[in-house]
Amino acid sequence: MTDLLHRILPQVQKPARYVGGEYNAVIKDKSQVSLRVAFCFPDTYEIGMSNVGMRILYGVMNAMEGVWCERVFAPWGDMEEAMRRNGLPLYALESHDPVRDFDMIAFSIGYEMAYSNIVNMLDLSGVPVLAKDRSSLENMVFAGGVCAYNPEPLADFIDFFSLGEGEESTPEILELYRTAKEEDWSKKAFLCAVAKIPGVYVPSLYEHTYAPDGTLAEIVPLEGAPERVEKRIVQDFDRSYFPIDGIVPNTEIVHDRTNLEVFRGCIRGCRFCQAGFCYRPVRERNADTILEQAKACLDNSGYQEVTLASLSTSDYKQLEQLASPLLDYCEPRKINVSLPSLRADNFSRELMMKVQKVRKSGLTFAPEAGTQRLRDAINKNVTEEEILETCATAFSGGWNSVKLYFMLGLPTETDEDVIGIAQLTQKIIHTWREHAVNKKRGLSINLATAYFVPKPFTPFQWEKQISKEEYLRRVRLLKEHLNSRSVDYRYHEADLSVLEAVMARGDRRLGPVILEAVRSGARMDGWNEYFRADLWERAFSVCGVDAAYYTQRGFEESEILPWNTISVGVSRDFFLRERHRAYEARISADCRTGCGGCGANKLLEGGRCDA
Amino acid sequence: MHRLLFEKVGDSVYLSHLDLIRVFQRAFTRAGLMLKHSQGFSPKPYVSVALALSVGVESVCELLDFELENDAPVPEDLAQRLNATLPAGMQVREVYESDRKTKELTYLTARLVLEYDRGIPNDAREGLQTLFSGESLVVSKHSKKGETETDILPMLRSFSLEQLCDTELAIRCTVCAQNPTLNPMLLVSAIEKYRPDLRPDFASCRRLEILDAEGKTFR
Repeated sequence: MTDLLHRILPQVQKPARYVGGEYNAVIKDKSQVSLRVAFCFPDTYEIGMSNVGMRILYGVMNAMEGVWCERVFAPWGDMEEAMRRNGLPLYALESHDPVRDFDMIAFSIGYEMAYSNIVNMLDLSGVPVLAKDRSSLENMVFAGGVCAYNPEPLADFIDFFSLGEGEESTPEILELYRTAKEEDWSKKAFLCAVAKIPGVYVPSLYEHTYAPDGTLAEIVPLEGAPERVEKRIVQDFDRSYFPIDGIVPNTEIVHDRTNLEVFRGCIRGCRFCQAGFCYRPVRERNADTILEQAKACLDNSGYQEVTLASLSTSDYKQLEQLASPLLDYCEPRKINVSLPSLRADNFSRELMMKVQKVRKSGLTFAPEAGTQRLRDAINKNVTEEEILETCATAFSGGWNSVKLYFMLGLPTETDEDVIGIAQLTQKIIHTWREHAVNKKRGLSINLATAYFVPKPFTPFQWEKQISKEEYLRRVRLLKEHLNSRSVDYRYHEADLSVLEAVMARGDRRLGPVILEAVRSGARMDGWNEYFRADLWERAFSVCGVDAAYYTQRGFEESEILPWNTISVGVSRDFFLRERHRAYEARISADCRTGCGGCGANKLLEGGRCDA
Repeated sequence: MHRLLFEKVGDSVYLSHLDLIRVFQRAFTRAGLMLKHSQGFSPKPYVSVALALSVGVESVCELLDFELENDAPVPEDLAQRLNATLPAGMQVREVYESDRKTKELTYLTARLVLEYDRGIPNDAREGLQTLFSGESLVVSKHSKKGETETDILPMLRSFSLEQLCDTELAIRCTVCAQNPTLNPMLLVSAIEKYRPDLRPDFASCRRLEILDAEGKTFR
């Protein structure tokens, strides 16, 4: 008789994503395994399998003797519906065993819109969603990823968080759990012990109290938990583990290619960018190491595309030493090299022309702001001249399409800055008229604006988010000033960005709101076809929580922030200094030109970063 | 022309036709071989799979034609090399040369397994035999043009029943493979439409053999 799963699969879209069986998926003998980890990604297979961090930690955990780490993704709506209707619990892809049978359940959380999926996946697994209702070591739920830096909205659900890079800390955590399991510790004893591993934050060991005005009054560590939890990093990034024999998906995923990490951190210091501060200090991988990894990955996977991933690839000091042999390797094999995150400088322009010999990819700029004044205020070190020059080169080289990304609602933004976006777009159109080699094909500009979300661990963490009405007014203002048929303008959904801001900046009082929203059907909030602002609005009102408190109030500089216990290595003083420079529209030099003293270098033994 | 015969069973049945092509393109690279690439703006390695298989259907008789870059010779251990890295459920059975065009493919035989969780209904054998020996059986099917009505009986060349156990009944059938083609799963649609009382709780399908116009095995 065909089992339940295989009876369901023919009824759902893209069933290949629900069965595993891919080349290089890790299968272990259960009798030889003493610790099983269900590694959950709170989004679809296509998104989760594109995540480099998940691939690294999957390899790290499975390299441990007696540990079997398996993957779990959020099912699409039709599959979830079929699973619930038939009573099939969420299962892991490798063994098809139910998640509730696993020792540990890990989540990688990259963005706030996944919070509802985390709770929903626990529920679909038949695991109690609240940490306090899971009384034993079984089903220990932990989480990492960039959202773990403000873990408070998830404190009700997650037993502990692993902050920062997990290559070194994850095995330490797993070994401790294995000891606890062998010696039959209580959950409390394990949590107190795991809190002593550097980089581990156990929310239940901290008491948050609020003042009558709603602000945080005090955070008190309990049971000897550390006052401050600092994120972990790998000390030797050049030699740190990188999966050269990763899983090759059978079905198409978002980033269906070999992704290589060239460096971590960023020297730029754009003041709105959480990644730019949270991944510090800057550490480079040697060009030779990367080239070897590239060859191994491509040979082992059969991928036809390779990309160099980093926050700003042009800033990689050995880019020239890497790009040339990499192109030499890829060209005869007809492998496409893609270089996202290039800056609009001279060298990048030359490189761009070289790369397009294999295949012509798109041209994308993220000036973020429409005027030089505002770009200086946010420390986005790109000038109009650089953008137009790069466009001119590209247009005379045959490109006919440009993507432009901006933000609306940045601190100090005025109407002049909004209109500046339209003016810059107009100048690009003018540049095309002057330089295009084939005007018959026309120009296509895809212009997109995001609704600025002030994120923790940035100089703008204290800022307000502008109101939804004001955001939409600025959208209309921009639209009115766009008058070319070559421009296709799209803007981010307002309600979604408001919710993102609430979750990013929220505290423990959001736990009940998330639970209520999920109970009433919220999930897959990052997907237009599923996001329902009304469910969230209702959840806030049922729980008596004011969403605007977290977005439009802003934080006082003297206030205790919800993420006060956490440190990403960059000092509060540095963030404050940068915030005040923003108000003066003063740029700060990049880390290579002049160290700004952010403090992240102290995370490294020896205290020297690779900027 | 180089051709390989492969099977696609187990969980690999969920790979779509495009997934399957991509899997082979990558498997050749992993085997250290370069496929001939298409010309044009964005060159793609070229492979061709005859008779696209529906998602969810097993097969032990799939054909894939390929050519190597610069007409490189096909290594003797190609099947082993490919099998070493193919996903679970896929296996190359044979690699050979053929000059027969896949358009000569005319029929295919398939086996459908009908699962009746509460036991096979008493009149199932007789009822199905009668149903498929009739004059016409019109069922609706999804196509690019939306729902269309098709009479499946003219495309059904042979039909036999076999009881596998108390709860499973197998249909072995030979159907037209192309121009027009009949997806054997439409036999189940016909049962659901004309004999809802004999509707199985679950049905699965496996392609067993591909035949030419004379009804001989096609390779």
